This record gives sequence, C-alpha cells and structure tokens, in this order.
Amino acid sequence: MTDPTSVPLGRFGAYGGRYVPEALVAALEELDEHRRKAMADPAFLGELTELQRSYTGRPSILTSVPRFAAEHCGGAQVVLKREDLNHTGSHKINNVLGQALLTKRMGKTRVIAETGAGQHGVATATAAALMGLDCTVYMGRVDTERQALNVARMRLLGAEVVPVDHGSRTLKDAVNEAFRDWVANVDHTHYVLGTVTGPYPFPEMVRDFHRVIGVEARAQMLDEYGRLPDAVLACVGGGSNAMGIFHRFIDDGDVRLIGLEGGGEGISSGRHASRFSGEATPGVLHGAFTYVLQDDEGQTIESHSVSAGLDYPSVGPEHSYLRDAGRAEYRPITDTQAMEAFRALSRTEGILPAIESAHAVAGAMQLGSELGPEALLLVNLSGRGDKDVHTAAQWFGLLDEDDPIDAEPIGQSPDGAEGEGVQL
Amino acid sequence: MSETRTETAVSRALATARGEDRAALVGYLPVGYPSVEGSIEAMRTMVRAGVDIVEIGLPYTDPLMDGPVIQTAATGALAAGVHVDDVFRAARAVTDEGAACVVMTYWNPVLRRGVEKFAADLAAAGGSGLVTPDLVPDEAADWLAASDAHDLDRIFLVAPSSTTERLVSTTAASRGFVYAAALMGVTGARSALGSDAAVLVDRVRQVSDIPVCVGLGVSTAEQAHQVAQFADGVIVGSALVSCLVDAPDDLDRGLARLDTLARELAAGVRR
Repeated sequence: MTDPTSVPLGRFGAYGGRYVPEALVAALEELDEHRRKAMADPAFLGELTELQRSYTGRPSILTSVPRFAAEHCGGAQVVLKREDLNHTGSHKINNVLGQALLTKRMGKTRVIAETGAGQHGVATATAAALMGLDCTVYMGRVDTERQALNVARMRLLGAEVVPVDHGSRTLKDAVNEAFRDWVANVDHTHYVLGTVTGPYPFPEMVRDFHRVIGVEARAQMLDEYGRLPDAVLACVGGGSNAMGIFHRFIDDGDVRLIGLEGGGEGISSGRHASRFSGEATPGVLHGAFTYVLQDDEGQTIESHSVSAGLDYPSVGPEHSYLRDAGRAEYRPITDTQAMEAFRALSRTEGILPAIESAHAVAGAMQLGSELGPEALLLVNLSGRGDKDVHTAAQWFGLLDEDDPIDAEPIGQSPDGAEGEGVQL
Repeated sequence: MSETRTETAVSRALATARGEDRAALVGYLPVGYPSVEGSIEAMRTMVRAGVDIVEIGLPYTDPLMDGPVIQTAATGALAAGVHVDDVFRAARAVTDEGAACVVMTYWNPVLRRGVEKFAADLAAAGGSGLVTPDLVPDEAADWLAASDAHDLDRIFLVAPSSTTERLVSTTAASRGFVYAAALMGVTGARSALGSDAAVLVDRVRQVSDIPVCVGLGVSTAEQAHQVAQFADGVIVGSALVSCLVDAPDDLDRGLARLDTLARELAAGVRR
C-alpha cells in the first residue's frame, strides 16, 4: 500500500493540488495519463499543430502600434501579440482544440465548459462542432445578459447554453455547475476547463496548450525586433493567456512579467477582482490551493469587474507561485482605466480589444510612462472586442436614448470617481 | 495507534446499532437554516425522532457537491448571517441531546480557521469528526495530524468510480466510518438508487473492515430499508432539508414534517 501523502500532485511551490470530490479523482488520473502520453506522441502533436495552422490561423502575428504608443505610452515601443486574430477571436481556441482532441482519445462523446465572457464557451462549442462532440456550456445569468451575442454564437454552433442562477450568477458559479455536471456524467463527459486553475492536471495542461503563444512571440521578437522585450504584459482572470505568453519567458530573467487584474471600481471600494492587491489570501477554490478573495471565515467574496472574463475571485496556482517567488508582478487596472485603454487603442490603431485584453493595454500605458521611450513592451492581445461593443457603447454613451438598446451608462460611480487604481 | 484511541460517540452509535442488528440513521442538516436557533431545534427534533448521528453541514458559498435543495438552504443560511462558530454551538446542542455528530464541511472554511484550531474547537464542542467532500486523503496531511491529536474521526468519501487502489488507501486513512457515495452525482433525492451502492459497499468490505455508511439520493423509508440491508449506516440529507426549505416561513410546520420523515426513516432502518 502506498502512503497517500507521498503522491506528487502537481504543485507550484505550495500552490495547486487536487481538492475535489473522490468521484472525480479517477477521471483526473485518466486525463493526466492520456495527456502525458499525447504530449509525447508525434501523431497527436502533429494533428494539433496542423489544426493550429489550418483552422486557428497560427502563428498569430505581432503588430507594432506606434500611434498608440506615442500618444498613450510615453513613447515606449509597444508590440501586440495578436491572439485576437485567432479563429473564434481569442486565445481560448488553443486550449480547447487540445482538450477536444484528448476527449476523443479518451473515447468520450460529450464536452462541458464554463464561460464568463463567452470566449471560452464559444471556443468549446466551435471545437465540439468541428469534432462531432455534444456540448453544454454553463454561464452565469449575469454574464448571459452582458454577453448575449456570445450566447447566440454558442447556440448557432449547436451547443446547449445553461444560464446559472446560483450565487453571484457569474463565472465562479458557472464553474460550480460544470463540476456538478461532471460528477454525474464523468463516464462519457470531459470537462474542458477554460483556464489555468482547477485540480491537477488542469493548471499544467491548460498552460501547456497555451504555451505556443509565448513560444511564437519570443521567436518573433528576436526575429523582428532583434531583442527580447523589457516586459510582457497580459490580463489575468483565471490567467490562461498570461501563463501562455509568460511561460516561455520565465527563464529570461531580464524580461519583466506583468499580469493585470480586474481592479473593478478600485481596491478600496471592495468591488474588484484583484486577488493579489486586495485582501485575498491563499485558500482553496475550485480544486486548487491558490489566492482567493475570501472573508475571514473562508467564504468566497464575490468579485467585480466590467470584464466578465476577469470577474473571478480566484486565480491559477502557478500565478500565485510566480507572484510569491517575485518572478511575476501583478497590478490592478480599474474598469475606468481599462475602458480608456479600450478607446485609446481603438482610435489610434483601429484595433478593438476585448475588455479583458484592454486591461493589458492599460498596463502598457502605465509601464510605458514609467520606463520611457527606450522600453520595448510586448502585450498579449488575448481577444477581440466585438463581443464588447454593446458594453462599450453603453459605457461611453454612444447610443441615442431612443435606440432600441438601453443607453444608460453602466459601471461608473455616480460622482465619476475612479477609485484607487495603481497610480502612474 | 488506533487500538489505544478513545472511541468517538459516532463509533459508539454505530456499534449500538450493530448490536441491535440494524443500520444507524445519519441525518444531515445545515446549521443556520432557517436561522441558527431554528436549525438547532431541527437537529434536536431529528434526534428525538430516532436519528442516531447528526451530520451538521457548514454552509459554504461554493458547494460543488450539492444539488439545489442543499444549495438553497446554504445560501439562505449565509444570507441570514450564519458563522463558523455556530457549527460548534450546534455540535454541543446535539451532544447534549444525547446523539453523536460529525460536521460536513468543504475544506476552505477549515483551512481559513486553521486546521488545528478547527479540530480543537470541534473536539471541545463534543463533535466526533469531519466529513470532507472536497478533501481526499492525498491532500489531508494537516487534517490527519490534527484529527490524531484530538481523537477525531475523519470520514472520507469513496465513489463508484474509485479504483480498488484508492478504496484501499482511502479506507486506511479514514476513521469512524467511510462515506460511500451511492451514485455518481451531487446531493439530492432520487426516485431509484440502482445497484451502484451495494456494489461499492461490497468492494469496500473486500479491502477494509471499517463501517460503511451510504449517502446521496436516499430519501424514503423504503430506500433507507433497502440500504440498511447492506450498509452500516444510512445517510439522508436533501430529503430532510426539504422539510425546512418547503416551509420557509413556517418553522413549526417544517419541524413537524421533519419529525414525521425522520420517524419514518428510523423505522425504515429497523424494519
């Protein structure tokens, strides 16, 4: 008999692990075994690479944004990694194609997913359509309302979208509901978890499927700009696009890795999604030991962000490790700062970022101002902003009152205060 | 070690039931629903109706093993302001009523209080141990130590999907009893239980002599009777919680329903 406490279970320093009902352990072990074999199997890797080339459209390009940089980033050179140009419009497809192929390898016929902004749900519905898998996506009721376009996209792709009315009715509750489905249907269903958290092996597996972002970007920087960037910036909700672009740069000690969290209405307001800047402390949520927004009795505190994809009270355990180790730094970006970045990039470069990604763009505005014209910044533009046009139009009051869409500005506090973000 | 250990009230209750040639009845209720006082009165009602062991639920914001009924009660309890301390009050009240009790809790509230402190407080309140739906023995080093230090039972779960290897390691880490999940799914009443539970209990018995209690889906006296034929204990949760949830503004009516159902279930395990 083996000593159960001696079994290695995917830790990043103290973080990670596998805090799940026993009913799911067998499925997690099966998944780990299959993905380890697959990642060492030239046939699997070849199939995935071909899908990335001919379906996703990889490699994604780098785009220099000199007007934006000159006007908003203190003249620093800013380069975008264009994950928004992937099929389905975000980085999420990288992970989903890998997990969908694994689903088929395991002989399962159905996938389920949680989604916040809808990007991961759309990507999962897309992969399911491509590979002939049944698909159910759980989405908090609040998010189905603020991302209605993506609900329609998923249904057009043949997926069942289930609004979740429990708890805060956002991403964390969609994750709970997906786990409940998985426990009941694990014999034929794979849970395509959409970010780098959850029980082992999800944090490592999802990171590995997104690692292509950083692998490409590092080579492209050397090839096109002749050097590595001074900093790599990415938004962090669960943290999948950030881990995807960070990982290849971890050994490049001179490259700063900067994650931008949803600062909501400001840290001092208490209405934010900043796990590393607020009162968050390590705990367990959704199967992983990691930083969690929680009260002093261990109850989860609801997060707030204008961005549905960053509106999550926990974060991938590898980010917790990189943060404590000092290898990565994390900053909150308020809703207002993110929306200003959204507008700035749109107007100067003709690129509408997802509101999630706009947090990374706002980070470049801060960092460029701090570092000045000599700096070279690489920003992961994780998704495109088409899904956010309605939210942005409301935010900026672009719609007339008699337009069919509600034109009430949302999200801004009545006195126009921005709350306490990181100061420039 | 285990031979010199003080036997918990839970172990004594299981032994008593076995001596009467029947299964024990384990009844789950969350503390704090519809109020802390109301929930404690409901637990006392269950004990007087014949429940041998009370499983006191600690409401949690993200109960991913629970179905709609228990979620509703947990959400209501949190909205009404339940605190972790209330679980120890409830444990004391159940103990004073003459029954054994364990606390069912997701892991984060225990971590946040401190595993050692939670264990000490539970032992001081007369509780026998913890049921931990999202903590497997692999991650439980702190809890194994704290439960040893305070002579507490540690009730881990086994499931129809558990491999034989995991049945061996999980039962070896468990104490008091092991919680056999009757089916693959979350908590909630089911019209039919199927054969998974009996198969699972049989598989556990082949690798361990620890008592096995069966939960998930058991809601009627007939089901309790069926499970009692092969298990050491029958765990009923959502069906009992429903008695209170279905009468949200009328505690007396909820308690009356609870009393009736608990008596039926107690008769079911004695049939």
